[in-house]
Amino acid sequence: MSVVGPRLQPTIFEQSRPGRGVARVAHPPKDALARIPADQLRSAPPGLPELSEPDLVRHYVNLSQLNYAVDAGFYPLGSCTMKWNPKINEWAARLPGFAGLHPMAPDETAQGTLQLLWELEQWLAEISGMRAVTLQPAAGAHGELAGILMVRAYHLARGDADRTEVLVPDSAHGTNPATAAMAGYTTVNIPSRPDGAVDIDAFRAALGPRTAAIMITNPSTLGLFESRIGDLIEAVHAAGALAYMDGANLNAILGRFKPGEAGFDVMHINTHKTFSTPHGGGGPGAGPVGVGERLVPFLPSPRVLREPDGTFRLERTGERPTSIGRLRTFVGSTGVLVRAYAYLCSHGAAGLAEVSDDAVLAANYLKHRLAESGAYDIPFARHCMHEFIASAATLRRATGVRTLDVAKRLLDKGFHAPTVYFPLTVEEGMLIEPTETESIETLDAFADALIEIAREAHDHPELVTEAPHGAPVRRLDEAGAARQPDLRARPTAPIDTPCPD
Amino acid sequence: MSYGPHTPADRERMLSAIGVASVDELFADIPAGLRASRLNLPDAEPELSLATRLEAMAGRNRTDLASFLGAGVYRHYSPALVDQLLLRGEWYTAYTPYQPEVSQGTLQSIYEYQSLMAELTGLDVVSASHYDGGAATAEAALMACRATRRERVLVSRAVHPQYREVLRTYFAGLQLDEIPLVAQGPAAGTTDLVALERLLAEADRPVAGVVIAQPDFFGLLEPMAEAGRLAHAAGALLVAVVEPVSLAVLAPPGAYGADIAAGEGQPLGIPPQYGGPYLGLIACTTALIRQIPGRLVGQTRDLDGQRAFVMTLQAREQHIRREKAASNICTNQALLALAASIWLAALGPHGLRDVAATGAARATELEGALAAVGAPRVHAGAYLNEFAVRVPNARAVHRRLLDRGVLAGLALADALPDEPALSDALLVCATELTTPEQITRFATELASATGGAA
Amino acid sequence: MVPADLRYTKEHEWVRQDGDIATVGITQFAADELGDVVFVELPAVGATLQQHGTFGVVESVKAVSDLFAPVAGEVVEINGDLVAAPELVNIDPYGRGWMLRVRLSDPGQPAALLDAAAYESVTHG
Repeated sequence: MSVVGPRLQPTIFEQSRPGRGVARVAHPPKDALARIPADQLRSAPPGLPELSEPDLVRHYVNLSQLNYAVDAGFYPLGSCTMKWNPKINEWAARLPGFAGLHPMAPDETAQGTLQLLWELEQWLAEISGMRAVTLQPAAGAHGELAGILMVRAYHLARGDADRTEVLVPDSAHGTNPATAAMAGYTTVNIPSRPDGAVDIDAFRAALGPRTAAIMITNPSTLGLFESRIGDLIEAVHAAGALAYMDGANLNAILGRFKPGEAGFDVMHINTHKTFSTPHGGGGPGAGPVGVGERLVPFLPSPRVLREPDGTFRLERTGERPTSIGRLRTFVGSTGVLVRAYAYLCSHGAAGLAEVSDDAVLAANYLKHRLAESGAYDIPFARHCMHEFIASAATLRRATGVRTLDVAKRLLDKGFHAPTVYFPLTVEEGMLIEPTETESIETLDAFADALIEIAREAHDHPELVTEAPHGAPVRRLDEAGAARQPDLRARPTAPIDTPCPD
Repeated sequence: MSYGPHTPADRERMLSAIGVASVDELFADIPAGLRASRLNLPDAEPELSLATRLEAMAGRNRTDLASFLGAGVYRHYSPALVDQLLLRGEWYTAYTPYQPEVSQGTLQSIYEYQSLMAELTGLDVVSASHYDGGAATAEAALMACRATRRERVLVSRAVHPQYREVLRTYFAGLQLDEIPLVAQGPAAGTTDLVALERLLAEADRPVAGVVIAQPDFFGLLEPMAEAGRLAHAAGALLVAVVEPVSLAVLAPPGAYGADIAAGEGQPLGIPPQYGGPYLGLIACTTALIRQIPGRLVGQTRDLDGQRAFVMTLQAREQHIRREKAASNICTNQALLALAASIWLAALGPHGLRDVAATGAARATELEGALAAVGAPRVHAGAYLNEFAVRVPNARAVHRRLLDRGVLAGLALADALPDEPALSDALLVCATELTTPEQITRFATELASATGGAA
Repeated sequence: MVPADLRYTKEHEWVRQDGDIATVGITQFAADELGDVVFVELPAVGATLQQHGTFGVVESVKAVSDLFAPVAGEVVEINGDLVAAPELVNIDPYGRGWMLRVRLSDPGQPAALLDAAAYESVTHG
């Protein structure tokens, strides 16, 4: 019960008692499986738990209360855009017509969803300045894979097989180099400048006839807009390569910067960041990809097509031989995309521009509050975009308190921690992203908490280094978990009661 | 409308604190030449009119049909408690458990998911989940390549054709060969083991993994144990593509020697929702633990010795290993894994068996009803709850039945244009949601559409 | 202080020579930088190492690092204790945390590596 503080739960297996389960469906006839050869059947039932309905519901309610969540408070996790998840989105995705539709249903029975997907593609193409959009990728990293496979197909279609390298800054999300490797490319890591920022000149110098693409996040993972991005893209194209934009930070630039207009050839969009689809404890996401003219032929299949008569249909397998093919079983994470569509429609053009304006305003305000306090280093003085880097480097030298400790102490103060130690190019960095949906009172309270922690670091460092004190558990033995992995529970009670049929 | 809280006075306070006159100044880093053209998009829609319009759009989907369509996506009964729990904001508005001290709910739920899937599959290591069945199967095949340091994978033509397409996309730089089907006789429609043996024996083309689905795309049960023996004799791994509800009654991959199981978790109470978000399953033997892609959650202790859960073995993953990572996957499908766990726990072992066996019983009834109107099964082998029937002009009949409110499964000519032997066949399935009335209606309409005996 | 009787590389491996056999591990400095070591991936006995080539990987909770062969030769033994107790690399890097033994292709190779003083200046530089 939350009123007396959260409490840890036994596992669902430990709570199981044979015979306690609830019958949900009628028992089938005894001979239901008689036509199946015995050697294909299971010899013993799986050891699933058996709980009464109250015990089961309480288990998951009590477990849920051990989580921090946007619905409960401020979640300034840089690069993750933990904004408010409007409730109408959840309602919309559960409409039986959307939720109950089979992905192989004939096109004429799926017109509502097909229209929604087609319209969503138009919205995202307009926002990104791209020629066309695929909604298929299941997450940002999946979108990156789609994008880089299209880059590969483009070069190969031109008979240009010598391009084997993808250039990535060392401050990039780890998915960028991992994606390039998965698509068969060699990753060339471009070191950052001494201050941690992307080194545009080093990028230009590394371009050459072996370069297939560059992958760059803009605004960068430091929350800074790369003013020289236009020159870099020109140089990339002059070298015969393509420019991929990691769209993780799109929330900063809605209505202000359209990557396609600036010359980017391909970008992914994280709907769970910019367009408010819930993060779900780590997923599902959705990672639509926008492409410029040159990559349109290579888009994954199937695309959603609008016929001259105004009806919609899915492209058939093999209809567009230049496609890189399918990246997943079906057309997309439609349930997620319904939520993103609802979000876009509820904002409209002006509302979306306001989202970015307010996100950038909030980040600069919070940055100003921290800079003014002197409690932390603010490595980049210039105006930030939707997020900014603070650092505990000076604090650590003075008190021994590290960024990780500050993060843990924030949990005691009722806030989620920012992203810490990313990007790795900034010493003791924390990446703070307030989003546009937090009030000035919340921003002030968070700044006050961080400032107070810096004071504690000087006065009572152990209070910080041993935090959290008020969370459901204290710091964990992560080394032990990795050395002797325990990845599953074993049922404690054997399933020995035969089914009563 | 906006969900932002700022009043004009709030904005003024923030601007003046920062020391700028307008928000535009904060965007000064964007050079004039790169500034966006106007957003050419509709105006904001108030919640009521948006809700009304969305309802109308959803209503234009035909989800009122008597549906016999499965083909990898299966509708099952979901107890009322499942969605009520999923709507708790503590679950769906949390993110990846980066701060484990305030994420024990998500972490324990994933550990329990891993445990439940380990029980179903008979394999001890289960990833915290992948995008969907097709992507999970592709990742499992890549995993076999890493584990064996070989670059060639064999996939049965009885694996879902769209899974095979995904495999081709992921295998752009590697080798992928298809194993043909047995053409005739009692084993028709299953993987041709003689051909498999021949493919495994090709000189200088060592095989990393053999991918076979159980049940296969046609609903048939495959000789998994024998396929596993052949694969292992050639130094290859067996990748079983599984349907998790069937594992309530069918032998689990761990029992027939599969090294890796992959599959689609959607049938575990997740709505079809036109293709996703779904739940990609990957499980493997302990020997392959370092090769499995994606998140894993393990049990550990906190400083006070309390049991707790944490993401573990992260050094395999992209945020640490970057270009050398096992996969580029970053997220998992945590909310879907939670949904599947709650669904499984709500049904329990007997309830799950009831679901699987009721589907089989309804399928038997369906088989009889369709045969009686001149639509016999195409294949002779054993099946669980899905099978193909022979219907002349299947595609046109399928279309005609749609007008009469029956979704007559899948016209195989659409899904498998390269299998002429199946051009006159429908793939149909039954689950516990299929009613005897729907079966009668299907048979009656089919008889009237084909002129068969009713 | 690093042991005076060993040879070192800039990549923080150490070598202890005994005739044509060299024992290889990573230094205390490297182990401290990595943090709690949770896994060590080593080549099979019989594998051939090229000098400067990678021979394995060491993982901590939050980091991963390639291991570079300080010398060339054939692997004759690996430290099986590291499978169950990778923490030996942290606790006793120059002793029970050793990683492998190599039959040197060129027994003169170790002498050309850094001595303790030169390595100390690398870690303090």
